Amino acid sequence: METKTQSLNQAILDFIDLCKTKPHADSYLIAVLHKVQQTYGYLSEEHMYEVAQRLQVPTSVVSGVATFYHFFRLQPRGKYAISVCLGTACFVKGADKILDAFRTELGIELGETSSDGLFSLEVSRCLGVCALAPVVTINDTVYSNVTVKQVPQLIDQVRHAEG
Amino acid sequence: MEKVHIVINDTPLEVDSQSTIMAAAEQLGIKIPRLCYHPQLSIEGACRICIVEVDGSKNYLPSCATQVREGMVVATNSPEIRQARRDLLELILDNHPRECQTCERDANCELQNLAYSLGVRERLFEGRRKQHPIESSSASVIRNAEKCILCRRCVRVCAEVQAVHNLSQLFRGFDTVVAPAFSAPMAESVCINCGQCINVCPVAAFLEKNSTEAVWQALADPRKHVVVQIAPSIRAAIGEGFDLEPGADMTGPTITALRRLGFDSVFDTNFGADLTVVEEATELVKRLQSGDRLPLLTSCSSGWIKFLEHFYPDLMPLASSCKSPMSMLSTLLKTYYSRIMGIPAQDIFVVGVMPCTAKKYEAERPELFTEAGLPSTDAVLTTRELVWMIKAYGIDIVHLPSGTFDTPLGFSSGAADIFGATGGVLEAALRTAAEKLTGEPLTELNFTSVRSVEGLREASIEIGGQTLQVAVANGLGNARVILDKVRSREKSYHLVEIMACPGGCIGGGGQPYPTGGRYVLDREVNRLRAAALYRIDEAKTIRKSHENPYIQKLYAEFLGEPGAELAHTLLHTHYIQREPRGI
Ligand code: SF4
Ligand code: SF4
Ligand code: SF4
Ligand code: FES
Repeated sequence: METKTQSLNQAILDFIDLCKTKPHADSYLIAVLHKVQQTYGYLSEEHMYEVAQRLQVPTSVVSGVATFYHFFRLQPRGKYAISVCLGTACFVKGADKILDAFRTELGIELGETSSDGLFSLEVSRCLGVCALAPVVTINDTVYSNVTVKQVPQLIDQVRHAEG
Repeated sequence: MEKVHIVINDTPLEVDSQSTIMAAAEQLGIKIPRLCYHPQLSIEGACRICIVEVDGSKNYLPSCATQVREGMVVATNSPEIRQARRDLLELILDNHPRECQTCERDANCELQNLAYSLGVRERLFEGRRKQHPIESSSASVIRNAEKCILCRRCVRVCAEVQAVHNLSQLFRGFDTVVAPAFSAPMAESVCINCGQCINVCPVAAFLEKNSTEAVWQALADPRKHVVVQIAPSIRAAIGEGFDLEPGADMTGPTITALRRLGFDSVFDTNFGADLTVVEEATELVKRLQSGDRLPLLTSCSSGWIKFLEHFYPDLMPLASSCKSPMSMLSTLLKTYYSRIMGIPAQDIFVVGVMPCTAKKYEAERPELFTEAGLPSTDAVLTTRELVWMIKAYGIDIVHLPSGTFDTPLGFSSGAADIFGATGGVLEAALRTAAEKLTGEPLTELNFTSVRSVEGLREASIEIGGQTLQVAVANGLGNARVILDKVRSREKSYHLVEIMACPGGCIGGGGQPYPTGGRYVLDREVNRLRAAALYRIDEAKTIRKSHENPYIQKLYAEFLGEPGAELAHTLLHTHYIQREPRGI
């Protein structure tokens, strides 16, 4: 028996239907979740519940997969997506400390969004600008040679611009 | 089967080539220490406590997950292995609260036992420890993730035996936690309250919601008339809580112990079971005659009913509308008994002792409250909770004289006793339905084709020239096999008995933790418990529910006809489709 609620768009529903024509439809779970995240930016409970119902995979399994992989976001991205590069060069130059500084400063964990919806925090792997390490991007703007001290300033800048 | 030759701790032996090292060692009488392993669940390999040394292998190997090979040389107990095992256990303990003395599993905990037997005598590290609040939203099952050691037995039993898939491992690393989807509270999950996660959990990370305090309070309250009823399967299992062998019939001493505890009357859920049989057989005969709404699905098992409401709501019309025996009896206690005793219903406190955690949830269902808005059952104790109360009071149950149940709601036929074992409800219903259908007394009472502690049985039974297709399923994974056939109309049945727990109520989620080195879900334990119930049945002169004279009197003086108006109002219920939908 399937649920009749519908929160997913037609393209995703079609993709799920396609998966269901194949043997082991449940093995496409991750692919389906990727599509949902591509479309909506994150995985809401409502979306995951519907994926579970339509793919006939237990909701607990969907939830387990979604929380296991760092790639999946469980909250909508903030208006400003902060991404700290943890590639080798950046890491050697202390990117982990910069990440920690963002964590404390914003009071959120990796993959979370601040309660005002302004910031979300994620990490990236090498952006290919290692000479500028450590690198942080906020949406499309790249900040190079970032120091722990600069972290509060970067945040304030955005807050200021937002009024 | 093909054999291979291996050497374990210098002893050569021949074993099945499919065997694991762990199973091979058992042939030598060596039980390799273990934690996540369970013989009836899939192999997890999570704890690595069961590691052994294998010649030619660089790493220690988990013996529960490693198959034997020709010529394998294994050491299970070298000094290095002992040390490595202890280290592994200490790592688990470092992330576990030091609360044994205040813990409900104290003296009954696999982790504690292992720490003792592996020789952990001091705690060297004081590391960062996970912190989670106790999750107590459910009426039946409490989750204490702080004590969880991530063995995933609960995840496996819930998925593999019960096919409920309520639990999974969420997040990763230090943050890993076992919980329902989206970390939802248990009360908002598809949990059917069966309590099998409690049974298989090696520690106190899952427990039943404790009702003992409410019962002590009621017993101490002079204004309350406190009555108790015990389910059939209690008598066959409670002895295990006092180190008796499984299958001891403890009916008499249990009654006396309940009186010592201070209950004003001691009744038998069996009386409710006889009543259920009469009502359900009436329902069956009606449906057989009209050919309508078949198969009749039995409705005594509270866990199964919640499963129906989440997972198969389209089949709800097929379920018998009969309340469970507990709820039938509780309803009578607050109506009929209240009237004949001249005690107002609000002064009667009804306690059910059940093998079952789902009955705690059932007791809170508003549709089962009395007309005046009182719960019909005020508190449900599991067998384990009653064992604890008896111990707390200091009652020496093993040496108590036999007591007898009070009348009128304590007398029962043998048909009621077998309710506790899988197939018993069906057999009891057939004894009564057969006579209604044929109009003749039944001579062969034992429908042995539906008896067995295995999970699934189908049989064709001849009654008065008619062939009834019946099925019996225990454990909801098995039930789903039948329910899917019913849903798809692949097969037509007339009567299907479903019990949520493996083995039926005798294997319920509230039964004593296994003793004597046995493991939970052990079919041999269930077989012994069931055998006790069948012995009680055989020994009775009245073995058909409708021949119980007190049942006949109840209908004559109070209820009227089976299935008729008052009986229907008091003894029947309805079901409600529930969210989230099960898959
Ligand atoms: S679960 Fe076991 S080890 Fe943990 S506190 Fe309770 S008794 Fe002690
Ligand atoms: S009580 Fe039963 S259904 Fe609920 S989580 Fe435990 S095993 Fe699963
Ligand atoms: S709750 Fe119990 S059974 Fe489940 S993973 Fe934790 S320790 Fe194991
Ligand atoms: S018992 Fe073998 S790995 Fe846990």
